[in-house]
Amino acid sequence: MSPVVSPNGALLQVEDLRVAFSAGGREIRAVDGVSYQVEAGRTLAIIGESGSGKTVGCRAIMGLLPESAAISGSARLHGTEMIGLSDAQLRKHRGSDMAMVFQDPARSLNPTMRIGSQITEAIRTHRAVSKSEAHAQAVELLRLVRMPAADRRFHEYPHQLSGGMRQRVMIAIALACRPRLLIADEATTALDVTTQAQIMELLLELQQELDMALIMVSHDLGLAASYADEVIVMYAGKIVEQAPAKQLFGKGGTVKMRYTRALLDAIPHLERAAHTELPVVSGRPPDPTALPPGCSFAPRCPGAADDCVAQAPALTEHALGHRWACWHPCENGVSA
Amino acid sequence: MSAEATRTDPLLSVRDLVQEFVVREGGGARGGVVQAVSGVSFDVMPGETLGIVGETGSGKSTLARAVLQAPRPKSGSVVFRGTDLTTLHGSRLLRARQHLQFVFQDPFGSLDPKWQVRSIVEEPLIAYHVGNRAARRKRVGELLDLVGLDPARYAKRHPRELSGGQAQRVAIARAVALEPSLLICDEAVSSLDVLIQAQVLNLFERLRRELGLSYLFIAHDLALVKQVSDRVAVMYLGKFCEVGPGESVYKQPLHPYTKALLDSIPSTEPGAARAAATLHGEPPSPINPPSGCRFRTRCPRAADKCASEVPEPRELAPGHLVACHFPLTEPAPAEAGAAVPSQSASPAVPSTAEVQG
Repeated sequence: MSPVVSPNGALLQVEDLRVAFSAGGREIRAVDGVSYQVEAGRTLAIIGESGSGKTVGCRAIMGLLPESAAISGSARLHGTEMIGLSDAQLRKHRGSDMAMVFQDPARSLNPTMRIGSQITEAIRTHRAVSKSEAHAQAVELLRLVRMPAADRRFHEYPHQLSGGMRQRVMIAIALACRPRLLIADEATTALDVTTQAQIMELLLELQQELDMALIMVSHDLGLAASYADEVIVMYAGKIVEQAPAKQLFGKGGTVKMRYTRALLDAIPHLERAAHTELPVVSGRPPDPTALPPGCSFAPRCPGAADDCVAQAPALTEHALGHRWACWHPCENGVSA
Repeated sequence: MSAEATRTDPLLSVRDLVQEFVVREGGGARGGVVQAVSGVSFDVMPGETLGIVGETGSGKSTLARAVLQAPRPKSGSVVFRGTDLTTLHGSRLLRARQHLQFVFQDPFGSLDPKWQVRSIVEEPLIAYHVGNRAARRKRVGELLDLVGLDPARYAKRHPRELSGGQAQRVAIARAVALEPSLLICDEAVSSLDVLIQAQVLNLFERLRRELGLSYLFIAHDLALVKQVSDRVAVMYLGKFCEVGPGESVYKQPLHPYTKALLDSIPSTEPGAARAAATLHGEPPSPINPPSGCRFRTRCPRAADKCASEVPEPRELAPGHLVACHFPLTEPAPAEAGAAVPSQSASPAVPSTAEVQG
């Protein structure tokens, strides 16, 4: 399978997406000109630290940002422009064409409603089906997400379920109307490692069964390497590197951005001996209201030179399918 | 203070620790006794880091709090620097705990939002009557320096003016203010971004070297625990199922649960990790844990014996203990009948070179 996404076959096409908020008269550019696309049946991972804009960008596409957000650019889902739609129009697309699963299933579910009712509600919001029909579909959805004892669980409340089971319920609700695009925002972050593996496997299986495009938003590069086809790394509202996962990770991986390298190196992994010092970059992400004129990562970058501070490098496709935004990229995937 | 612990004595010695909570039935939840920690024993030597890994509900946080006597364990002993904390009360417990400090997961939850950073760090010094005001303020400056926060910039800030990593550093500065000999870290870096997490881990490492600190390092992230620990214990449903030197536990896991945890870690090698979902189902309720081995309901190797007999910890390699009837050095029970007799007579033990390496 070719790692290069064809421009015409993309299910979701995002172009120059920008989201800005104003805080105390100052502009916060949370998402600053982001473009990418995802095909049906493919998995895209969007990776970044807190505040990198990874979640805000996805919420903009879903129409889940407050009125105060200034959104521009384009996000076309199956050819239909999502940016600028009215709430009523967006509601029609949310659930049926695109759905989102969040980090904290406990907070997303209504604690006073049985989970079965919450799923049937999701079905009946979008489809004119009878109560009994919706009930049958809800149990079917619980089975689809491999919920053990689905018939019994249907009548239980969220607090009676474990974190992993609650997340299965959230996925069932998200899939109620068979969306073409599923965005999983840190969907497994709060889960234990064995549960995380189960939920990721489930998401990928469902993606194949339903031929969905999957966007996983995460801070975890390890998760991206294990499960994604394509990886986007964001820093201070911009995409700084994008490549097929196979090209980026593992032996022979050709990471170009020192920021991506730093993220990879900072993850404790099993091969490292105990008590060894982890390679770190100092400082923290820039103040979003006062972004430096040059490369946003330059103040922290071990390889920064004068040109990095003077002018921001554009995100350019330097190698087939591999885009990066750096004047002095890593050689052979390692920092010089 | 009682007799100082000698060099070879453990700093912390926990024996048969049991912690239980009574929950009432209501709202569809079952009532009963939650057996959160069920007979856990371990030692931490001076300068040593013992890591404890386990999933949600394994009882690892309850264990940490029981060691701190907050709340007191139901039974068992917690001998710290030669004194059993479970027998101490009031000011004597307070005095013993001076050398036993802790850092929890949520830094903002443990810092008073109305206080300045310098007051937060100074507070334990006041509580234990350390020095006069000027000496304490000087010490606060040193402590902020130690955790990598410039006192000139951060001393007068409030917690809300700090990032998560900075707030956690303040919590650490406060924890080490009284020069403890043992620091209990419960998911202390789990809420931090990976780059900040690495900085805080390096800080823990530096404090270990410079202050000779011992750690009880509790986390759900196996790789993280390996990074900081000399020895690692794996906890499941209130019991240790395996404990041993880090290298040995990770290279040659003896308990099927440890192996399943290790196999679930996403790897940065594409394709390599997709062995995933090695463990099915959910952990059983700690209110009514399975008989015999508590892991047996999810264990691929479980046999009749696992339901009837509680596996006792056995030392299969130097310092490497496992509580399992069919540890991974032996053929699985289904194949056991077909196995060569000599093999079952002397279970294969990992080579000592590997264990000590």
